[in-house]
Amino acid sequence: MSDSSPALATHNRDLQHHFTTMEQQKDASVMGMWVFLVTEIMFFGGMFAGYMIYRYQYYDAWVEGSQHMDFWWGTINTAVLLCSSLTMALGVRASQLGRRRLTAMFLLITILFGLGFLGIKGIEYHGHWVDQQFPGTNFHFLGPNPRQVELFFSFYWAMTGFHALHVLIGICLVAYIAYHSWRGAYGPDYHNPVENVGLYWHFVDIVWIYLYPLLYLISHKHVSG
Amino acid sequence: MTTSAVPIRERENYLNKEYGIKSWLLTTDHKRIALLYLMSITFFFFIGGFFALLIRLELLTPAGDLVQADTYNKLFTMHGQVMVFFFLIPAVPAVLGNFLIPIMIGAKDLAFPRINLLSWYIFILGSALMLYTILTGGVDTGWTFYTPLSTEFLTTKVVAAAMAIFIVGFSSILTGLNFIVTIHRMRAPGLTWSRLPLFVWANYATSIIFVLGTPVLAISLALVGLERVFHLGIFNPKLGGDPLLFQHLFWFYSHPAVYVMILPGMGVVSEIVACFSRKRLFGYKFMALAVIAIAVLGFLVWAHHMFVAGISLYAALVFSLFSYMVAVPSAIKVFNWTATLYKGSISYTTPMLYAFGFIGLFTMGGMTGLFVAALGIDVHVTDTYFIIAHFHYIMVGGMVMAYLGGMHFWWPKISGRMYPEGWGKLAALIIFIGFNLTFFPQFILGYMGMPRRYWQYSPEFQVLNVLSTAGASILAVGYLLPMLYFLWSMRYGKLADDNPWGAAGLEWMTSSPPTTSNFDEIPTVTWEAYNYDQLKEVPVERQ
Repeated sequence: MSDSSPALATHNRDLQHHFTTMEQQKDASVMGMWVFLVTEIMFFGGMFAGYMIYRYQYYDAWVEGSQHMDFWWGTINTAVLLCSSLTMALGVRASQLGRRRLTAMFLLITILFGLGFLGIKGIEYHGHWVDQQFPGTNFHFLGPNPRQVELFFSFYWAMTGFHALHVLIGICLVAYIAYHSWRGAYGPDYHNPVENVGLYWHFVDIVWIYLYPLLYLISHKHVSG
Repeated sequence: MTTSAVPIRERENYLNKEYGIKSWLLTTDHKRIALLYLMSITFFFFIGGFFALLIRLELLTPAGDLVQADTYNKLFTMHGQVMVFFFLIPAVPAVLGNFLIPIMIGAKDLAFPRINLLSWYIFILGSALMLYTILTGGVDTGWTFYTPLSTEFLTTKVVAAAMAIFIVGFSSILTGLNFIVTIHRMRAPGLTWSRLPLFVWANYATSIIFVLGTPVLAISLALVGLERVFHLGIFNPKLGGDPLLFQHLFWFYSHPAVYVMILPGMGVVSEIVACFSRKRLFGYKFMALAVIAIAVLGFLVWAHHMFVAGISLYAALVFSLFSYMVAVPSAIKVFNWTATLYKGSISYTTPMLYAFGFIGLFTMGGMTGLFVAALGIDVHVTDTYFIIAHFHYIMVGGMVMAYLGGMHFWWPKISGRMYPEGWGKLAALIIFIGFNLTFFPQFILGYMGMPRRYWQYSPEFQVLNVLSTAGASILAVGYLLPMLYFLWSMRYGKLADDNPWGAAGLEWMTSSPPTTSNFDEIPTVTWEAYNYDQLKEVPVERQ
């Protein structure tokens, strides 16, 4: 770097060569994450749009399909994911304060919540498979509007499937920053990666906050079992 | 101009700083990544061109003799997919945009250099999958992947092709993300939004489309994949789904993507026209707002691809109206380029010839766009060669012209060498003639009723088809020439000055080729864009 910029007040080892100040670097990094989240919204948006159209067209089938969701597991999973967002937020805060061990601990708890979420989702998936509720290959439904109910399950599997994939990616990212946090890579001056992964994790959480009522709570007359 | 004391070849620049394959494959320098993209998309341009040539050869005679229907279906499918996703979409943004945007805004690099390199590797991954698709039998869905044809009836490599395009989409997303953040956060002191070159504005508008549109393409293709692999039924009427939903999702991206294939070209042409008219671009603010307006309106017109697909008449009327509205900012651009020429000191250099070609052919493509935005005429010409001719006037006549114009204009900056001007003009002329001979007859063919996507046709269409095929072979020569003399000039071309055109813009204030960090000192901008009235120097590089 043959860079002879006029006497920078602080020369931070974390400042990449093409940025002028740490502040510029942080702004760019956070903005980049927000723009990325916009693309994620559009990605899920396609499925949400399709869901809305068919829910409007086949409302009865949507209510019917929703009856076959496991209300309690879904609700518990919502709570699990909300808790994980809390620990994530605590982890980001600890990282801002420069407490690296505490950060790593909070991130580890976040990972455990994430794994718990996936485990519960797996139990639900297993149940749907056993009950022959996988459209196309393994679907059997006795009742009114079988085709439309099958469509509901197409959306259920596609939407929750892509969401679960995002949770999985999120767990890997959190693990990565937890490791680097433990090693002392972040401090009060530089913790952009922690904040960005935090944003991503909250986004994945928010997607679930929408999926939960759309799939599990269409009709409040829930029959258990 | 006198040669500087130190011979230019020995000055350190981004090309000679490091050598070896590793210094290229692991580089985070936006200029080197641009060249990596340049090589990749040129490769795909010739693959796509090869398919086009086979298509035109088959259509030389009315009978289906060179290839059979199944092969023909694969040819036009892969021609479309390769040209759209692997050449046109990355052409200007990933090559010229990558190279120029940081320099034009006075930055040392894009905001995320490693993500920039990652985007190229993602592109290569998608490319490998596309090549695998091509080499193992190809795909025949049409470039649009329409369901239920793609999900239910075909046995070709649909999933592989969809995956390839899904993956390549993420390279666009990352490029767009990088551009947006860079343009927001990395501008040099004093370089306000109203001082940005229009090339930057155009790439900003393009990036908005990348970021908002491409994920929707990704999810549509992912759902097609899920339908084929797991037999989910979101687009399948047998399972309660609806193929129209796929068309809506696909065109929600793919119509804006059409503007990805024109907006950056408009940016290039704005730079060239201002430079070779020696004038500030007429109506700068309107030009900047027009590219944003096209990007925004582009998201509201997608269903004009579906007028005959069975959407409601009211929806069709609304989409027709919005499609007409796109003509307003487009016309603003054409009129303002023309007004810039008025009373300018025009020099007819190679880039300027391409810019003229762009303006004329884009106008043709745009005007015929108005024909097909009208519901009645669209019903008549849907799925005919009229449509083919219309979008090739925009995508080839517009975008490829602009891309080549930009390559010539910035070649001295990229390579540090001048291309041979005489050959350049000749190639531009050949391309213009070849292009019109190829595609103008197709307007007439389409209006007479020749349908697209058939490998044989009625004998009365033959004369015009022969003309079109003849034009395509001329066009092929025109496209080969620049590649040959660009390669030649890298070794034998005249050494370029820092500013051979006497052009305004920060990219002309650094050395040719630039150093790895672009500027020795970050410039402070105190002038407006295109301040040609303040530049005393007159271009001398005319031959």
